[in-house]
Amino acid sequence: MHRVLGDRRAVLLLLGPALLVYSLIMLVPTLWSLGYSFTSGNTIDGFTGNGLDNFHRLFTDPDVRHALWFTAKYAVAVTVGQVVAGYLLALLYVFFLKKASALIRTLVFFPVVLPTVAVGLLFKNLFQVGPQTGPVNSLLNAVGIESIDFFGSSGHAFWVLIGMDIWRSMGFYAVLLFAGLVDIPDEVLESARLDGAAGLRLIRHIVLPMSFPVLMSSLIFSINGTLKAFDSIIALTNGGPGNSTSPLTLYMFQTSFTYGDYGYGSTIALLLTIVCLLVTLVVFRVSRRDLTKD
Amino acid sequence: MALDTTRTQATGTSTHPRTPAPRRAPRRRGGTRLWVKIVITLLLIVEIYPLTWMFLTSLKSNSDYLNHSTWSLPSTWEWGNYAEAWTTGNIGLYVQNSLLAVVPALALMLLLGTAAGFALQIMVWKGRNLTLLVFLTGMMVPPQMILLPLFTVYFQTGLSGTLWPLILTYTGTGLPLTVFMMATYYRSVPRELFEAATIDGAGILRAFWTISVPLVRNALLTVGLVQFFFIWNDLLIALTFTNSQDLRTIQVGLLNFTGDFGATQYGPLFAAICLNVFGTLVIYLFLNQKVMKGLTSGAVKG
Repeated sequence: MHRVLGDRRAVLLLLGPALLVYSLIMLVPTLWSLGYSFTSGNTIDGFTGNGLDNFHRLFTDPDVRHALWFTAKYAVAVTVGQVVAGYLLALLYVFFLKKASALIRTLVFFPVVLPTVAVGLLFKNLFQVGPQTGPVNSLLNAVGIESIDFFGSSGHAFWVLIGMDIWRSMGFYAVLLFAGLVDIPDEVLESARLDGAAGLRLIRHIVLPMSFPVLMSSLIFSINGTLKAFDSIIALTNGGPGNSTSPLTLYMFQTSFTYGDYGYGSTIALLLTIVCLLVTLVVFRVSRRDLTKD
Repeated sequence: MALDTTRTQATGTSTHPRTPAPRRAPRRRGGTRLWVKIVITLLLIVEIYPLTWMFLTSLKSNSDYLNHSTWSLPSTWEWGNYAEAWTTGNIGLYVQNSLLAVVPALALMLLLGTAAGFALQIMVWKGRNLTLLVFLTGMMVPPQMILLPLFTVYFQTGLSGTLWPLILTYTGTGLPLTVFMMATYYRSVPRELFEAATIDGAGILRAFWTISVPLVRNALLTVGLVQFFFIWNDLLIALTFTNSQDLRTIQVGLLNFTGDFGATQYGPLFAAICLNVFGTLVIYLFLNQKVMKGLTSGAVKG
């Protein structure tokens, strides 16, 4: 019965081109890059093998340690911020705005589609001190606080970065989590209300456990994205001041293209890939285990 | 994919059939209203003011921007900033480059991805689940991992200096999500449809093109939109493969915008940011529901 649908020649014709392009652009280069990590040099000057030198350097390089730490700090702060802000927004949509939430939902989602570079430049100017005092510092001045040089210290730059990324993507997580909250049956909420649960108690004991799965998926999506963040950081701080806001992605890019060391760049890329895979695996495992406990 | 399973788990606890959702019991206390209003107002200010400020600043002259309060309206409305950004700032060229890279990549990606999705979901053969898994692993690999070998290949084949590296790389990196989403959409199309069609004498390839593609037309638009935003907004790949100023896409051009004028010209800079935002704004104005649905279902990409 499946004779026509099992036509091997047709499968090859339909799937072949996609598989070929995918293999040539993604699979082969991934393995190739693995090979690069045992060399030093670049495309223009040529490559020379150097055994495990890159890995030795990777483990002793203070810049790697710093970039790894920043990546972790940034990923955790942005992920928590995005998901918490998104969840609060979703609760607002479902329980307080109800039908009227469509417009707000659409509006808060809008920054998600904006080009990151544009948003980065916008925030850079919103928070600037000179030559013109930006709106944020003007606001601080208006309430009697001195202007802050947000991009002059790593602490401030970090928080502006976090704030910008939350601003950019909270609408996205709000819509994602909204879909999960809307799926909670009205009957469950009603009976909980009849039992006397209201406000925070209702949210903590009924809404939170019931939206836990979608909350976990959001967490996975978010951490997976924030570990790879590049555009927003390069546009807002370019890793500065110094290299204090430079994550692994940016360090890899600079090592490869500013310093022309493709071999070591590939080693950093490999580290980034391993970190992404490990974190996703761990979050996935943890979320699975908690689900079976419930 | 994770979303789908979690949804069924959430609804699975209900013993009653689903009712249209946001129909909640009426609130009793009127007191909560005030803080909700305050929160909404703050939210609107935080969302809208930065964009408004950006637009107003794009209409100021440089001295106006530097010498007057940042809150003030433009003293003269300098629409010429836009012309200056477009020509002197080369935004026109950058937009053209972006379109020349994005449109072919999108077309290629959708064509290949739909065919592959069809082959993986509708057609029956050994190893199709494994093949889908192979595509899925591509979503986990950070693009940093493929940049350097690709750079070598493009350089040695003489493709550097054209927009081909961008078109090829965007197509390849976009395929995993496209194949995954198209395969998911084909799941709702019954196989019998194609068996019946092929008995009528149409070959399976013809059936794919004339029957299945019109059926997933909507899905094509959704996936196309999602991928458009990913590619249009991409910086990393564009920055790596555009080695000359003539090849810059809009994002790379905007990142380097200040350099082209010598000293920073704030009016044209903000006009350039506005022009960049404007493209996505227009699409969002008309298709926001589709964009929201599409992007959240494509969330697996991270």
